[in-house]
Amino acid sequence: MSNAMRIAGGRVDRKKPLAFTFNGKRLQGFAGDTLASALLANDVRLVARSFKYHRPRGMLTAGNEEPNALVQLERGPYTEPNLRATEIELYEGLEASSVNCFPSVDFDLRAINGLASSILVAGFYNKTFMWPKGFWKKVYEPAIRKAAGLGIAPDAPDPDTYDRMHWHCDVLVVGAGPAGLSAALEAGRQGVRTVLVEEASEAGGSLLQRPAEIEGIKGAEWAARAVRELEALPNVLFLRRTSVFGYYDHNYLMAVERRTDHLGPGRTDGVARKRLWHFRAGRVILATGAHERPIVFGNNDLPGILLANAACTYATQYGVSLGKVGIAFVNNDQGLSLALDTHEAARNIALIVDVRADPGEAMIKRAISLGVRILRDSVVVCAHGGRRVSSVDIQPTRGAGMVRATCDHLLVSGGLSPAVHLYSQATGALRFDEKLACFLPDTCRQAVEVAGALNGRFLLDSSIADGKAAGARTLAALGKPVAAAASPALDALNILPLWSVQGMLGLKLPGKHFVDYQNDVTEPDILLASREGFRSVEHTKRYTTTGMATDQGKTSNVIGLAILAGSLGKTIPEVGTTTFRPPFTPVTFGAIAGRDRGSLSDPVRATPMHPWHVENGAVFEDVGQWKRPWYFPKPGEDLHAAVARETKALRTTAGVMDATTLGKIDIQGADAAEFLNRIYTNAWTKLAVGSCRYGMMCKPDGMVMDDGVTARLADDRFLMTTTTGNAARVLDWLEEWLQTEWPELKVYCTTVTEQWATTAVVGPNARKILEALAPGMDFSNAAFPFMTFREGIVGGLQARVFRISFNGELSYEINVPSWHGLAMWKAVIEAGKPQGLTPYGTETMHVARAEKGYIIIGQETDGTVTPDDVGLGWAVSKQKDFIGKRSFARADTSRKGRKQLVGLLPQDKSFVAAEGSHLVASPERSTFDPARGSPSIGHITSSYYSPNLESAFALALIADGRALLGQTVHAVKGTDLKPMTIVDPVFIDKEGKRRDGID
Amino acid sequence: MLRISCPWCGEREEIEFSYGGQAHVAYPKDPHAVSDDDWAQYLFMRDNPKGLFLERWVHAHGCRRWFNMARHTVTHEISAVYKPGEPPPAGGK
Repeated sequence: MSNAMRIAGGRVDRKKPLAFTFNGKRLQGFAGDTLASALLANDVRLVARSFKYHRPRGMLTAGNEEPNALVQLERGPYTEPNLRATEIELYEGLEASSVNCFPSVDFDLRAINGLASSILVAGFYNKTFMWPKGFWKKVYEPAIRKAAGLGIAPDAPDPDTYDRMHWHCDVLVVGAGPAGLSAALEAGRQGVRTVLVEEASEAGGSLLQRPAEIEGIKGAEWAARAVRELEALPNVLFLRRTSVFGYYDHNYLMAVERRTDHLGPGRTDGVARKRLWHFRAGRVILATGAHERPIVFGNNDLPGILLANAACTYATQYGVSLGKVGIAFVNNDQGLSLALDTHEAARNIALIVDVRADPGEAMIKRAISLGVRILRDSVVVCAHGGRRVSSVDIQPTRGAGMVRATCDHLLVSGGLSPAVHLYSQATGALRFDEKLACFLPDTCRQAVEVAGALNGRFLLDSSIADGKAAGARTLAALGKPVAAAASPALDALNILPLWSVQGMLGLKLPGKHFVDYQNDVTEPDILLASREGFRSVEHTKRYTTTGMATDQGKTSNVIGLAILAGSLGKTIPEVGTTTFRPPFTPVTFGAIAGRDRGSLSDPVRATPMHPWHVENGAVFEDVGQWKRPWYFPKPGEDLHAAVARETKALRTTAGVMDATTLGKIDIQGADAAEFLNRIYTNAWTKLAVGSCRYGMMCKPDGMVMDDGVTARLADDRFLMTTTTGNAARVLDWLEEWLQTEWPELKVYCTTVTEQWATTAVVGPNARKILEALAPGMDFSNAAFPFMTFREGIVGGLQARVFRISFNGELSYEINVPSWHGLAMWKAVIEAGKPQGLTPYGTETMHVARAEKGYIIIGQETDGTVTPDDVGLGWAVSKQKDFIGKRSFARADTSRKGRKQLVGLLPQDKSFVAAEGSHLVASPERSTFDPARGSPSIGHITSSYYSPNLESAFALALIADGRALLGQTVHAVKGTDLKPMTIVDPVFIDKEGKRRDGID
Repeated sequence: MLRISCPWCGEREEIEFSYGGQAHVAYPKDPHAVSDDDWAQYLFMRDNPKGLFLERWVHAHGCRRWFNMARHTVTHEISAVYKPGEPPPAGGK
């Protein structure tokens, strides 16, 4: 029968039935239900299988601390794993299924794990799956991964959008229960910018979950009234369905707001599905409430065993009874009164088992008036049942006399654990309160107050008063004092601490005794860890995995450490808590990524010529954020064929390359030349205006950092170029030295990378092409020599032309303002047609520069390479000082045996060695033992096939390599050794004739 | 995530800044006059205290200027920000 377990009352709307599907079965709930309450209303108890033993599990709680009821929601691209049924708001058409069960939740083959449980103890991965060696990857891991896990990730792109919000406020109140609401009212009424965040769909917290009356009206109405008042205030923002999951330094908090999840998949109607909130709060008030604790006894994980608070919530808020015959097992006033509240609504509590000798007169009177029997001085030792609890064994705390009582559900309350997670994340210290048997917030260096149950004020009146007091303290700290109200005294919980019934009785009891439900950690696991020598709570947590599941041990942490403390003979505060870390509740990647997806995940930088490259079929390579043409294949060509053609053209006719991405820094000021003298290894004072020079810069440790050509535009002005990937780093470097070491220098640096577009025309025919483009300019060697630049009209555009070369050929780099870049490129392409001008990309650029032995920063250098190591000692001044020079006198930089740049030619001309390959001197082979084999004497830094050489070739760094020219080394390729000959790193045109072309 | 007061721009989020390591490690006036050991100290050795630390930051995504900051490495309390060339607050290491 549909909704068989419904009772009168509750806040669900019976006029709005909602159809939903669970594990393929069609069911019905009402608006206002959670998936959990709707399932319970339909008497579905078994909703999941446990992680390790595949035991049947049902709802334990009614909130964010739920360890058991994890479900997979929806299908296809909308599917989401690992969601707590207790937090999913029901909507029409909802589809959910159990996770972690095979083939079905009712009949799970892997429940056999329960029989094998003696080997699935603490540390079982480490102990069991060590042997045989090869089995982990092939057998154990796939099987474990299939058996474990908490659902299935979607395999299609997320169709929804997500937003990010940044928000500043004076006061951020977390939690809109009675304490949070009264704190927010206190702050909001004084006009300070206040944000109130509540994770549920409506404010009220415990006011919705149990019968309550405030100021003469019902608790839920009081909450609604408070929200109306707050929302009418212009200085207050109330966010519902929003979970604060992280509390970071300097009052930085993050929250995720679920804006459309309650409507169902695809019903976002133009609204971002979730918003990730970044708060920076002047002061924070945490009113995050408390989680009820279970008690550890035999088979305490059976479906139908719920926390007392959860049972009361299902009855009061959702109008759902858990059964006809309920038993409650409590050790404190709060749990006992929750059981009585539940009975008042559902009339189904037959017996309360109270471990205490005296529950107090008021409680007893109330129980008597409700006709509920209290069995004092007694404990539940073991529960029985298959897929749901059917009976429990009850025993007096002193002596024998066990009785078995039939029931169809069991309420448990082992006390309250204030939800200190966010407070602890904020680095707040905790103290253990013996009277309340719980950890309470103590001191925190962040600007934070705590209120309500989190602060040990569990009762309604004291919680409201505490919220008001926290609000007043916050206002005073903000300089807006109000009539101060003191926090009320701590409530009396009259709790008799009881963590484990076995531990209390000192007996071995039947059944499995669970501490951490989600990770299937039992009491014996923790005791075993203790026996094996684990003393630190942090180590025990990791060894047993207590509290390490996605619920972060909200119901298990304190019990786990109490059991550990007991076994170590220590007090709970001596053992202490583990560190709470964000996120408090799981956050989806979609919410974190926000709009930063696909093409927006990282900025794309493209040159002005980019559209032409796209039109002409360029294959692109990412260089930093830049899109650079890698090669321009003709139909049918692969990389190899295209590069062969491009490289050949560059050395026989002409090639053209987009060199826009090179970093360009405009350096101006009276001391600009002196500044370059200090930054670069070579001298700059005498460089003539109109000329260029290759420069290299080192870090203070003498290692090469960057290189490039710098031109002198005027006495007090230079244009520096940097490698594409280092442009920003070099500018930062220059700024750092100017600001922090040499503030006396008058120098100003400006990045102009984006301001200029550069077209490099390269090859024997380059001069003819430039002459055709710029009839007014003289390109003869005499008038326009190598390493100079000239300004003039090129292709009808004002341009600056540099005669510099990164390939040994005659080469002109035409610079125009960016907005003319595409026009200039097209003009060059047109003018080059009669000259066989061929566009080429970065791969050809690399081959051509390597043929000349030119280094690339980051390829030939790796932060351990000096200028001399790469054969650039000629560019290091002996006269002046510069950054890094002192380090050349260090023993390590001047020693023999440093690796030096050389060329390599393979004896098998078709062998293109992998870059990074190690090189060994002798073909004697041994993989691991240098005594028996040959140690690495260097490695290959660049390696290509050259159609000009008709051979593969490489650059390499080899110990004392320059002394080894002509000798053979062996490149390691897997288990092969490939012989290569050490040669000079300049493979083409050693005399340097080609760079002047034919004049 | 820290909230840092740039001495030129005022309070900003940490993501606008880059870190520059220990402050007041001056580049030797004449590097060639210092011993190899002292040069190695300058190059490689930095303090790593548990407590107050004087360190360099640059407002990389703002005014792009460098400054110094006194930060407690445990509590992240920022007790002073000051411009290059200005003396450090008392008690810093």
